[in-house]
Amino acid sequence: MTAAGPATVPVTAALALGDDALVLSHRLGEWAGHAPVLEEEVALANIALDLLGQARVLLSLAGDEDELAFLREERSFRNLQLVEQPNGDFAHTIARQLYFSTYQHLLHAELAAGDGPFAPLAAKAVKEVAYHRDHAEQWTLRLGDGTETSHERMRRACDALWRFTGELFQPVEGLDVDWADLESRWVESVTRVLGRATLTVPEGPRTGAWSAGAGRQGVHTESFGRMLAEMQHLHRSHPGASW
Amino acid sequence: MVTAAAQGTARPEADGARNTAGDDSEHQHAFDAAVAADERIEPRDWMPDAYRATLVRQIAQHAHSEIIGMQPEANWITRAPSLRRKAILMAKVQDEAGHGLYLYSAAETLGTGRDELLDKLHSGRQKYSSIFNYPTLTWADVGAIGWLVDGAAITNQVPLCRCSYGPYARAMVRICKEESFHQRQGYELLLALSRGTPEQHAMAQDAVDRWWWPSLMMFGPPDDESQHSAQSMAWKIKRHSNDELRQRFVDICVPQAESLGLTLPDPDLKWNEERGHHDFGRIDWTEFWEVLKGNGPCNEQRLTQRRSAHDEGAWVREAAAAHAARHSGGTEAARHRTTGAERA
Amino acid sequence: MSTTDWPLWEVFVRSRRGLSHTHAGSLHAPDAELALRNARDLYTRRGEGVSIWVVPATAITASSPDEKDPFFEPAADKPYRHPTFYEIPDGVKHL
Repeated sequence: MTAAGPATVPVTAALALGDDALVLSHRLGEWAGHAPVLEEEVALANIALDLLGQARVLLSLAGDEDELAFLREERSFRNLQLVEQPNGDFAHTIARQLYFSTYQHLLHAELAAGDGPFAPLAAKAVKEVAYHRDHAEQWTLRLGDGTETSHERMRRACDALWRFTGELFQPVEGLDVDWADLESRWVESVTRVLGRATLTVPEGPRTGAWSAGAGRQGVHTESFGRMLAEMQHLHRSHPGASW
Repeated sequence: MVTAAAQGTARPEADGARNTAGDDSEHQHAFDAAVAADERIEPRDWMPDAYRATLVRQIAQHAHSEIIGMQPEANWITRAPSLRRKAILMAKVQDEAGHGLYLYSAAETLGTGRDELLDKLHSGRQKYSSIFNYPTLTWADVGAIGWLVDGAAITNQVPLCRCSYGPYARAMVRICKEESFHQRQGYELLLALSRGTPEQHAMAQDAVDRWWWPSLMMFGPPDDESQHSAQSMAWKIKRHSNDELRQRFVDICVPQAESLGLTLPDPDLKWNEERGHHDFGRIDWTEFWEVLKGNGPCNEQRLTQRRSAHDEGAWVREAAAAHAARHSGGTEAARHRTTGAERA
Repeated sequence: MSTTDWPLWEVFVRSRRGLSHTHAGSLHAPDAELALRNARDLYTRRGEGVSIWVVPATAITASSPDEKDPFFEPAADKPYRHPTFYEIPDGVKHL
């Protein structure tokens, strides 16, 4: 099922990037009807839709988008553990957005500049992701440098998700990227935003002993299984049906 | 003339116009003449207090319906059975938030702030469309909402594009344009189910069975029992009676249901050659009034979710307000920005 | 204004280059930066715009309806400001 991509496209990489976008889009979709203010309903949905669009293109490079999304088992998903983390409060969602969109922006900019198979897709995605990064930065500033409550919530969120950020820079097979350089630019960018938001860069380890790179190898966190159960249930209940 | 932008600042001036009116009958005359000539009433014009109150009530209720209406469909975003359907549904629910915002923006031109309107929704003092107090039990309900509920809404809304109050009419133009995809996606979704497996077909029929009658109730009580209708028609807020629109909707739906291969759950539904319309069965108005009173299947659930989203978001809104206050007010920054844009 | 009652902003959108910004509606935002972004998400999600202005609603000064007659009526009886006022013989071009 996962092997049928066109020969020129590295399937592993398409799945890794596609699953990141798919899973984060799903998580953001969970906000619908729950956002802290109506304007933010529209903003979060825009980001979710951009990501879903990216996911569909990427998964289609690797095979049938719906088969890949709805019929794979948990261990076959190649997304980062960061993107599958539950939404938590708005601060957690924003921290997750900041960490991930900064990464995605740097990565797509690099892919867009190259001449690999992902260059055309990345060229389009990089513009979308620049906006996602900006959205995350704007909110990080307002929550970090807002009220005492919001500062504390944002600090906790950044700390809690920090341990999932080491994984971002595990090389992905088929992507010609200088990962160490990407990582240092990521740290620099995130440090700058957190500093402006009067937050400090978390101190804990960026990788857990067992979690380093594990999402890319199909090892996920507990909540992911439930997320997939919900996402896949209807599709799987009607084998072979068209929708 | 009123600059379009004055909409948002209408509050003090509008109040002034209302209070300083030395000679109301002269104002009334000008207002009546404008309505009679099919001209639009704009925010800063003098208007009868009852006209203003009716509009605030109606536009607010409409806005509330859009944002409460997100819930039954959002219920299926995380379970949408294909990525294409998931994208469509997310975009649709997002549009509903957007439409709520357009409408709150129109209501605010009448001098009532959004916070106040939301308070009234949260405390149950203002209503939203009862249709959203019905549950979405299966995926097919997403299709039935698109086809029937949005279809009924569009039938109601198209005439509102010519409503006598300018900002409401303009919001409706925008909304109707955007909503045309909502109904079509619902129809297409049901068609796929109807032509799919026997289980899918049954799912679609079940959804239509449950949504048909509530959709007919969306047009409101029969004309002879509708308390606000006559005055709203005279003011040209409303252009057609409840029963007229309901009939139009039934006539539109019958052939559409046939093409879908689905049955509308009404044994009395048949073409009446003499009237040139379809006859249809009696609507259970007891159910309508019960749901309106708060006894529908989901009234409590919908309001609770709305309140909790609002309450849980309070710290976020406060944080942003505190940040803005500390960083020298958005107003000054906005002036520079606007000037910059002009030069660009 | 309570702390949570974000101010109102009026939104103007240029739908394409060569056209002026026109009023699209309003929205709430705590500050100009977020107002611009909210406007982008709300009023241009179908590609309706290439440029946006946001203006605090309180910064707008509008003519009042009471000034209507002295403000605007005097302009109504000066038809010579409009090209249709002048009669030009048939066949004369480029005028």
